Amino acid sequence: MDAIKDFFNFFADPRVFFLLTLTGFILMIWRRDVFTTPRVGYGLQVFLVLFFGLGLFDENFRLIVAKPDNVPIVGLVFLLLFFTWYSMRQAVLNDRRLDRGEPVEEKVEEDRVWVWPDLVYTELICLVLCSVVLIVWSIVLKAPLEQPANAAATPNPSKAPWYFLGLQEMLVYFDPWLAGVVLPTLIIVGLMAIPYIDTNPKGSGYYTFKERKAEISIFIFGFVVLWASLIVLGTFLRGPNWNFFGPFEYWDIHKLEALTNVNLSEYIWLQGVGVGLPSNWFVREFFGIVLLLLYIVALPVILARGVLKTYYEKLGPPRYCVGIFLFLMMLSLPMKMLARWLFNLKYIVAIPEFFFNI
Amino acid sequence: MTDDPTTPAAGTPVSKDAPVKPVTPAVPPNLGGKTTSAAVAPRRPAAAKKVADDTSPLLSRRHWLGLAWGSFTAASAAALAATGRFMFPNVLNEPPQQFKIGFPDEYVPGVDERWKVRYGVWIVRTPSDIVQEASGFYALISVCTHLGCTPNWLSAEVKFKCPCHGSGFRPTGVNFEGPAPRPLERARIVLAEDGQILVDKARKFQFELGQWADPESFLRS
Repeated sequence: MDAIKDFFNFFADPRVFFLLTLTGFILMIWRRDVFTTPRVGYGLQVFLVLFFGLGLFDENFRLIVAKPDNVPIVGLVFLLLFFTWYSMRQAVLNDRRLDRGEPVEEKVEEDRVWVWPDLVYTELICLVLCSVVLIVWSIVLKAPLEQPANAAATPNPSKAPWYFLGLQEMLVYFDPWLAGVVLPTLIIVGLMAIPYIDTNPKGSGYYTFKERKAEISIFIFGFVVLWASLIVLGTFLRGPNWNFFGPFEYWDIHKLEALTNVNLSEYIWLQGVGVGLPSNWFVREFFGIVLLLLYIVALPVILARGVLKTYYEKLGPPRYCVGIFLFLMMLSLPMKMLARWLFNLKYIVAIPEFFFNI
Repeated sequence: MTDDPTTPAAGTPVSKDAPVKPVTPAVPPNLGGKTTSAAVAPRRPAAAKKVADDTSPLLSRRHWLGLAWGSFTAASAAALAATGRFMFPNVLNEPPQQFKIGFPDEYVPGVDERWKVRYGVWIVRTPSDIVQEASGFYALISVCTHLGCTPNWLSAEVKFKCPCHGSGFRPTGVNFEGPAPRPLERARIVLAEDGQILVDKARKFQFELGQWADPESFLRS
């Protein structure tokens, strides 16, 4: 029994967890014809039911999963998996129809809408079920008020509401002004910009993957792999002192983790060159600034002439620039996370003299 | 009407060759300070008659409007005043920025938490400070430099650890783990006339600005 728990605790290590979500994402896109079979869909749901159901026998697991605050996230795991599976399934089925030269499923009966009794009965059943679930939920799970606010006693761990846990996780890797202001703004502005960047008319009004491979892959990566899995990670795997804990691990407040973080400038000047940190901030952070400019300015140009040449020609310079900037900003999060987990890298550019850390 | 070429109905194409006569001479009437709609000559008698019919004998339209705008203005002013009242709360719980914390010999070496709840400072007595290179006291302000949560002092691990995003600080206040971009701030600490230690949180000293070398950021003993 302990071996199984240790097995799952091992997968809860952030590096393994992220690698696992990434592998799952790639497998899902690559072998989508297998992923979208009912057998795999049911199999994954049954596995999750067994995992959460049997896991409840463990005291530490129960404390986290059955906590009223965290119950929605358990539901989120099931729903997210189902809807991702379902939309991929519809897309794969439509792609097969398109391959055979048939119209997509949504266009077969375009001239009629199944209202009575189909839609009306569905709505009635949904209404009854949702009311029952909400009533039972509000009776069974308590949401008590906590003690009066006290500036001297911050709860440990101090977690944001679940929908902000992805943001809170970002704050661990970026400076507050970046993770709290710039990146959220870019997420919102970027989502609003999607219709103007993505002018591919295909896939409007019907499910398809083949006709919108890049668009759907990027969206699922950003939403499921980054946003949703960070919420799951923040809910179940973050414990006291904001340390990582496995789902079956005791929340030891004295868990000791070597997290000594090092800035890029310290890596270069102290360990690489072997001299002390230069006193002038520009000299000190020169390599970080160069790296940053390479990433934001040079990389889009290189990509436009190389791998993404067809996209550059299809989108045109303005659309390409905005799109690639948003895409690189999105990728900066997993890169920064991995750099922290693997090399204890803190900031690429660290200028605390005027609050500029990246 | 549509047969008349001078007054084409909407949507009726008019030939460019057709002579267009002006319908009415566009002489602006003398408005005399009145609104344009009221000054349109042909509509005036009918409109005036209608208004006269609608007016109740008790309250004319002009008075009713005045009353409505007046009440709206009064209500807005009251709401604004109520908002302004929030700026002056009945209870203002602001602990003093300057306070005495007792005599130096009341403190043993290490981090002292007794003033954390009341004043939000840790008093640290050290045999040798990293900047001043002397033995003495300093006061660390218990606000995380990342996003302002209150870190916990973990005596077993000899570090301050923030529960919000995992920033860690050494007893000196220097940040070494997690996202905090700079060390904790120190407060002014001096000896008062009566021999007690006086801490003044209004004056803060930041390591990254070289302020920990200031003599008032550290009390030598």
